[in-house]
Amino acid sequence: MGLTSTTTDAAQIITVHSERIDAAIAIQFKEDMRRETETDAARIVLDLAGVEFIDSSGLGAIVASMKQIGSERRLDLAGLQPVVEKVFRLTRMDTVFRLFDSLDDALSAKAD
Amino acid sequence: MCVTPSSDQTCLQLSFPAIEAEASAGIAELSAGLAHHGLPVEKADDVKIALAEAINNVVEHAYSGIEPAKVQVCCRLEHNQLDILISDTGRPLPGCKPPDGTAASVETSLQDLPEGGFGWYLIHELTSEIRYERRDGCNLLSLRFDVPIPE
Repeated sequence: MGLTSTTTDAAQIITVHSERIDAAIAIQFKEDMRRETETDAARIVLDLAGVEFIDSSGLGAIVASMKQIGSERRLDLAGLQPVVEKVFRLTRMDTVFRLFDSLDDALSAKAD
Repeated sequence: MCVTPSSDQTCLQLSFPAIEAEASAGIAELSAGLAHHGLPVEKADDVKIALAEAINNVVEHAYSGIEPAKVQVCCRLEHNQLDILISDTGRPLPGCKPPDGTAASVETSLQDLPEGGFGWYLIHELTSEIRYERRDGCNLLSLRFDVPIPE
């Protein structure tokens, strides 16, 4: 498990280095996200391209991270694999987050 | 043991301790095994999601506050159906029936967004049939999936 973060002019990019965001790592993920997002970046893009599976606990951890980041800043998600996207779509969380096919797409989109 | 292991080769079986890390590895192994057993890719994602939620429920609820024992999973793919039987010796489901699984609404303010409560909703959405039985101190949950027959 782990997250790495880089900052560009457009956004802070947090990359998830875990094949699964599931019940076994949800608490650790939330804690790592809290630490990585203690920045003043107005926009954070979470790159999920390497994530092969997410369950509802992992989804909950991402929602918790967005709450923690607050409404003054935004958290967008990029690079969702089909099964990950399906979990967002079934729970209608795809209406809450902006989902981008790739990190490039996310970075070329306007912040809002 | 709730279910006597079958020697039937068409059945994919696995049992593991009902703790989060073991369950995570077990779910990943079963997902990979099902693909190997011929589960079509277009159905594999649905099965992975529902299976993970059902097993997580056992870990988080059936064995909550008591010594976790094993979760046994048996998957049988036949014709156009996949049946997955999940058994454990934890506490019974409340009311001895599977919860309805109504999804929490996401049409709310940021701070009120649900962070959980999606498990049974996802299982209901992705399966064609859910059966639950409490027998001899065991929970027996079976999930059925309709599987498209490959061309």
